[in-house]
Amino acid sequence: MLITCPYCGPRDVIEFTYQGDGNRERPQPASQDLDAWNTYVYDRLNPAGDHNEIWQHSGGCRAHLRVVRNTLTHEISSVAFTRGDHKVDARHKAEGKI
Amino acid sequence: MVERQSPLELELRSGSHGDFEHGVEVILSETRPGSILQLAAWPGQEKALIAGIRTVTGLALPDGAGAGSTDGVRSVFGFAPGKFTVVDEGEGLASAFANVVTPAIGTVTDLSHGRTAIRIAGPKAEWVLAKFFAIDFALPAFPVGAGRSTMHHDVFAQIQRTGADQFDIYVFRSFARSFWKALCHASEEVGYEVQ
Repeated sequence: MLITCPYCGPRDVIEFTYQGDGNRERPQPASQDLDAWNTYVYDRLNPAGDHNEIWQHSGGCRAHLRVVRNTLTHEISSVAFTRGDHKVDARHKAEGKI
Repeated sequence: MVERQSPLELELRSGSHGDFEHGVEVILSETRPGSILQLAAWPGQEKALIAGIRTVTGLALPDGAGAGSTDGVRSVFGFAPGKFTVVDEGEGLASAFANVVTPAIGTVTDLSHGRTAIRIAGPKAEWVLAKFFAIDFALPAFPVGAGRSTMHHDVFAQIQRTGADQFDIYVFRSFARSFWKALCHASEEVGYEVQ
């Protein structure tokens, strides 16, 4: 399986580390909403088809990537840096981190 | 400055080795640069960092991922978004950057004692490296000056092409001796010389 890193180009999957399901939304750290935490930790869509995933190019540029991978064919239909992720940015802004 | 010992000392045997009767097609050496730095820009500060690199080293970074340049004494290349490796034959490069790369622009990390620089040169250098790394070493895909970060098994490596048939490889110091031995084994069949 090849993943085309937006910085390094096409690389073998051995250079990448799977960082989990990309559909999860982490509750605020101080959140006491147990249902939200339960959903974040345990609930997975497990689709047979396109799946949003987070990968890290740990054996290359070390960037975290938002990857859409087909769980049936392993076809990678999109790869982007998580750094430009608006959802993540919005959360960090809400927390006053940037 | 403390005198630096090479992790390759026990294994670095000068002379020709392997199948060199038909000619030496690869030359291996340790370049022992005085300074190896990693510079990182905060988001949005990349251009300011590139300007700072030019101020200190006189090297202009071309546009594009993994682009770089070298003048034989100093080298620079991008290895990740907003991150650059800068190498100088002389020591003290980190202090030269200290006033240029301010905390508002980014960070300077001195890796001079943490990395070992190995040079592979010769007509079969591309061919030997292609046995190690699953990346395209052809000149159009990997131009002179450019850098790549990749790995050989678990040995993380940054590779800069410093000539049409010459590559500088930066590996973790703790892995350098085993990487060097592997590189020697891989070069045996083409005939190699250690300088």
